[in-house]
Amino acid sequence: MKVLLSWLREFAPDIEGDPIELGEKLSGLGLAVESMSIIGEELDGVVVGKILNLRQHPNAERIQLVDVDLGDGEETQICCGAFNMSIGDLIPVATIGTTLPGGIEIAQRELRGELSNGMCCSASEIGMGEDDEGIMIIPDPDMVLEIGTPLQKALGIESDVLWDLEVNANRPDAMSVAGVARDLAAALQISFAFPKIDIKEDKEATKSKVSVHIEDKLLCGRFLTRVVKGISVGPSPQWLQNRLVHLGMRPINNVVDISNYVMLELGQPNHTYDMAKVTGSTLGVRRAHNGELITTLDGAERELTDIDGVITDADDHPIGIAGIMGGESTEISETTKDIIVEVAWWDPPSISRSVKRLNLMSEASMRFRRGADFGDNMERAINRVAELLEECGGISTAGIEESKGDLPDRSPITVRPEKINALLGTDLSADTMESHLSSIGFETTQKKKNLNVIVPTWRWDTQSETDVAEEVARIHGYENIARTVPRGVQAGKLSQYQKDRRLVRNVLVGAGLDETMPMPFLAPGDLKLAGLSEEAISLSNPLVHEESLLRTSLLPGQMKLIAYNQSHRIEALKFFEIGHVFLSPKKGDLLPDEREYLSVALVGEEAPAAVKVLNLLGNALALPNLQLKEQAIEGLHPRRSSSVIVAGKEHGQIGEIDPRTLQKFGIAGRVAWIELDLGGLLSGPHGKRKYTKVSKYPTSDIDLAFDVPESVRSAEIEGCLRKAGGRFLKDLQLFDSFKPQSLGEKRRNLAYRLRFQSSETTLNDNEIKDLRQRCIDEVEKKTQAKIRE
Amino acid sequence: MIDLSKLSKDVEEASLAASTVDELAKVQNQFLGKKSELVAAKKALGSIPESERAAAGKEINEARVSIELILDQRRVGIEEAEWETHFSNDVTDLTEVLNPITRGHLHLITQARDQLEDVFVGMGFTVAEGPEVETAWYNFEALNIPDWHPARGNFDTIFVDLGEEEEIMLRSHTSPVQIRTMEEQRPPIYIVAPGRTFRTDSADATHLPAFNQIEGLVIDKGITMGDLAGTIDSFVQAFFGEEVKSRLRPSYFPFTEPSAEFDISRPDGSWLELGGCGMVHPNVLENCGIDPEEWQGFAFGFGIDRLVSMRYQLDDIRELVLNDARFLRQF
Repeated sequence: MKVLLSWLREFAPDIEGDPIELGEKLSGLGLAVESMSIIGEELDGVVVGKILNLRQHPNAERIQLVDVDLGDGEETQICCGAFNMSIGDLIPVATIGTTLPGGIEIAQRELRGELSNGMCCSASEIGMGEDDEGIMIIPDPDMVLEIGTPLQKALGIESDVLWDLEVNANRPDAMSVAGVARDLAAALQISFAFPKIDIKEDKEATKSKVSVHIEDKLLCGRFLTRVVKGISVGPSPQWLQNRLVHLGMRPINNVVDISNYVMLELGQPNHTYDMAKVTGSTLGVRRAHNGELITTLDGAERELTDIDGVITDADDHPIGIAGIMGGESTEISETTKDIIVEVAWWDPPSISRSVKRLNLMSEASMRFRRGADFGDNMERAINRVAELLEECGGISTAGIEESKGDLPDRSPITVRPEKINALLGTDLSADTMESHLSSIGFETTQKKKNLNVIVPTWRWDTQSETDVAEEVARIHGYENIARTVPRGVQAGKLSQYQKDRRLVRNVLVGAGLDETMPMPFLAPGDLKLAGLSEEAISLSNPLVHEESLLRTSLLPGQMKLIAYNQSHRIEALKFFEIGHVFLSPKKGDLLPDEREYLSVALVGEEAPAAVKVLNLLGNALALPNLQLKEQAIEGLHPRRSSSVIVAGKEHGQIGEIDPRTLQKFGIAGRVAWIELDLGGLLSGPHGKRKYTKVSKYPTSDIDLAFDVPESVRSAEIEGCLRKAGGRFLKDLQLFDSFKPQSLGEKRRNLAYRLRFQSSETTLNDNEIKDLRQRCIDEVEKKTQAKIRE
Repeated sequence: MIDLSKLSKDVEEASLAASTVDELAKVQNQFLGKKSELVAAKKALGSIPESERAAAGKEINEARVSIELILDQRRVGIEEAEWETHFSNDVTDLTEVLNPITRGHLHLITQARDQLEDVFVGMGFTVAEGPEVETAWYNFEALNIPDWHPARGNFDTIFVDLGEEEEIMLRSHTSPVQIRTMEEQRPPIYIVAPGRTFRTDSADATHLPAFNQIEGLVIDKGITMGDLAGTIDSFVQAFFGEEVKSRLRPSYFPFTEPSAEFDISRPDGSWLELGGCGMVHPNVLENCGIDPEEWQGFAFGFGIDRLVSMRYQLDDIRELVLNDARFLRQF
C-alpha cells in the first residue's frame, strides 16, 4: 500500500516531522516502509513548453528538431526522437541544468551537427506514470496554462512524500490512506478525523431507487447502493489522476478513477454499474450455480461454481462476481449517463475461497478477503464517491438504499489487563491500555478488574484477548517492552543421532571429502538413467518438469553433479551427501516413508576405496560386525557391489557405479560408491567401546603369502587367520596383492602381516611357529588358497 | 717423572690428527691404554720411594684427567663435524610439495546450521527435526491457518501427489516441527528446529524452491514477549557479535499473537530484516492439547540460506545448490 503525506494530512492535519522518522514510526506500527521517495522537488527545472515548429533533422532520419517556446518568446531548438506531437502542443521540457528523476542530467548537446538545448519528456521520464511511448502532451482544455510555468505548478503537483508500506494480512484497515493516518495519528498522539462530505442530493429523484435482495446472508453482510445521474464520462481532474498515478494505478476515466480513488482513500472497494445496462432496478446476491458463465471486466469468460458469489440483475443473470470483479455487461463506457454505486461487505472466508478457486486477485478482493470495514465507513465511501462524481456533473439521488445480511459478532471481548501484562512482560495500568486502544478506535469500558472491549468494524481479524494484547503492544511500542530471558532454561543438548551425524560428517571431511547439498528433486527419467526403479512420488505443481519428482535415492543427484563438475574440468572429486529420500508410504501411512540417507562418491576410484571409507566410518561409529555381502545391486557394477550388513542387518550398498550408468550421465572414469540408510544404521547398535589393557610383553610379526583363486575373498582368508590366531593375534593387515604369471590365470598372491602378542607372557619361538602353522592349516582347510613358501 | 705439558701437547696433536670417532679411539688407546706411558708410570709407582709416591700418584691422575678432557673436547668436535657432513648431504626444498594432503569441506549450510545449533544448545535448547513432506494439519491447520486464510497464499506451497484426497505437501516452513514437538512432549519445551523447506519460487539469484530455515519454540510457565525479545537479543549477540543489536517490529503470522519481525543492526546504523517471531497463538497451543491459561511461549524463525548469503556476500544464492567443487572448497 502506497500513501502520500499530503493525503494522510487530510485526515491528520498535524502530521509533522522528518520523513525518515515518520517512516520509522510507520514501521514501528507494523506498517513496514519498503521504500520512500520525495516527489515533486525532483521536477525542478522542468517547465511547460509550447511547440512552435517541427522540422526533420537534416542528418538523422529518426530525430526531429523541435522549436519550443519556454516562456521567453524565443525559439529554443531541441533534438527529439519522438514523433507523437504537433505544433501548438504543450509539453514538459527539461531545461539545461536539470537532473531528472532517473538521474539524467540535461546539458547542451550537439547531435549530428544540430544543437539540442534541453529535453522533451515522456510521462515516465518525469515520474508521472509508466507511459514512455512518446512525449507527454499536457492537456489544457481551458487554455489557461502559462508557457514557461514550472511543470509542478502547471499540473498541481505538490511537493510530497510517498511511502510504500508492507501491509500484513491482519490489517485490512491499513489498506487505505485513512487507516494508515489513523494509526500514525495514534502513535504521534495527534488528532484524527474524517473530513465532512458535502453532497447536494436531488430530492426529486428518489424514484430512481434500486432494490437489493440478499439471498445468501452469510456471503453478504451489507449491500449499499446509491444512484448518481447525469454524468459525462471523460478524463478525471489532474489532481486526482496525479494521486492515482503516485499510488500505482492507471487513470482510465472519471468514474473508474473516482471509484479507485475512494477505495484507496477509505479502503472500501466499491463498484459502479452503468444503470442503463442493468436489467430492471433490482439487484440480487446469491451463490453462483455450478457451470454458470460470466465475462468479467478483464474480458475473460469465467465458469463459476457454488464456491463463488454473484450479483445478479432482475433476470437473475450474473453481472458481477461478488467481492472480486464486476461483469463486462454493465461496464461504464463513454456513453454512460446514470450510475449505480455499490458498496458491499463480503464474508472474508467466502471471498478467499473464491479467489483461490478462480485464481483471480484484484484490488477489491485483496481487501475483502482480509475483511473490509462493515460500519459507517461504508456510508462514508458511497457518499464520497457521490461527492466526487458531483464534481463531474453528477446529481446524487436522495439517500442510500441498504440491504442486510449477517454481520460479524460485535459482542465485547473480556480482556484481563493482568493477562496482557503477563503475556507482554509489561506493567501497564488498565487506564493506559484503554487509552492505547481508544486511540485506534477500540471502545473500552472498565468492569471490575477487566476491560470490556468492542472491536472497531474495520478490524474484522481482531477476535480474542490476545489479538487485543497485540494492539496494546503495538501502540505501547514493541521497543518499550523490557528484555528479559526465560528463567526456566534447561540443559541444552544434541540428540545422539545428531551427534553421530556430525561425527560422520567430520570423519568424511577429514578423509578429504566435500559435502554436497543438491535439491531433492529429480526429472522424470533420471531414475531410469541411473538404472534404478522408476517408482517415485511426483509433485502436483512442480515449478519445472526437470524438478517434478522426489528422489528415492541420492544416486541420480550425485551423478548429475559429478557430470557437472567434470564438464568444468574439476578434478579429484570426492563427494558426500546427507539428505532425505522419499519412498512410497508404508501401508496405512499418509506420508511418504521418509529416510535420511548418506552417500559417498569417489570419482576415479575403484570399489575398495569405498570400502576403506566405510571401514573408517565403521571404526568412528564403532559399528559391530560390519560385513559386506556380495550381490548384484540396482545401479551398481554387477560384479563390484555388496550390501552393507551391520550386526546382521542390511543398511545400504557399496561398490562402484554401473559403468553403463556413468556413460549415460557422461561421467569419465570409475566412481566408487556408498549409499547408506543413515537413520536406520544409527538406530541399530553402535558406539560401544571397551577398554583392553595394553600388553607389556614383546610382539612377534610373521608374514604369510597365499596363492588365492579369484573366487576366494580376502575377507574369508582373514576370517580363518583371525580364528586360528585367536586371542594372540593382535593385528592383521593385508599388505600386498598382485598377480604373478607363475600362478596362472585368475589366481593372485595375497600377503598378510600378523602380529602376535600375549597379555600374560612372552611367546616363545615354538609357540609362534605353532600359531603360524595353525593359521596356514585353517586357511588351506577352509578355502581354496594355498600357502606360498 | 711425567712431562705433563709435553704429554698434553702430544695428545692434542694426535687427537687433532684424528678425524673420525674411530681414529680418536686409537689416540685414546695410545695415551690411556694398557701400553701407554701413563699406565707404565702407574705401574712404576711401587718402585719409587714412599715419600714421593703420593705426589707422583697425584701427578699421574692429573695427567689422566687432562688427557681425558682433551679427548672429550675433540670427540664433541668430531661428532659435530660428522653431523654437519650428514646434514649438508641431507638438504631438501621445503617449498617443493608433491601430492598435497587435502581436507574435505562441510557445505556452507551445514557450517551455518551447526553454528546456529551450538549457539542455541548453549542457551539451553535441544534440536528437533521433522519430515520434509507434511500434511495440511501440520503445515497449516494446527498452526491456525485454515484453508481459506489469505496467509496460505503467501506460502506458495508445493504439493505432493500421492493419489489421496488429503492434501500432502512439501513443508513450506519449519513450523510443523513445533506442532509435532508439542504433540509428543509436554512443556516445558525449549527447541530449535533447523531443516529444509520448500516453496514454488523459481530459482534465481535470490530465490530457491528448496531452502533452509531454523525455527525456535519455547513453551513454559510465565514466558513473556520480553523473554522473546531478550532471547533474540542474546542469540544475535552470540551469533553475529556483541556489538550487533536487535529490534522487534509488529508484523503478522497466523500462528503467533502478538507477532513481530526481527531486525539486526548493521555497522552503518541501518536495520536488516532477519526473521519473524511472536508469542505462540492460544489456538496453536490448544490444537496441541496445551492449556494456554497455564502455559505461554514464543516462536521465532529465519532463513539459513539468506544468512549464509549475507555473511559471505554471495551474489547468487543458487551457488548453494549447484555444488560446484570450486565453490564448495572455498569454505
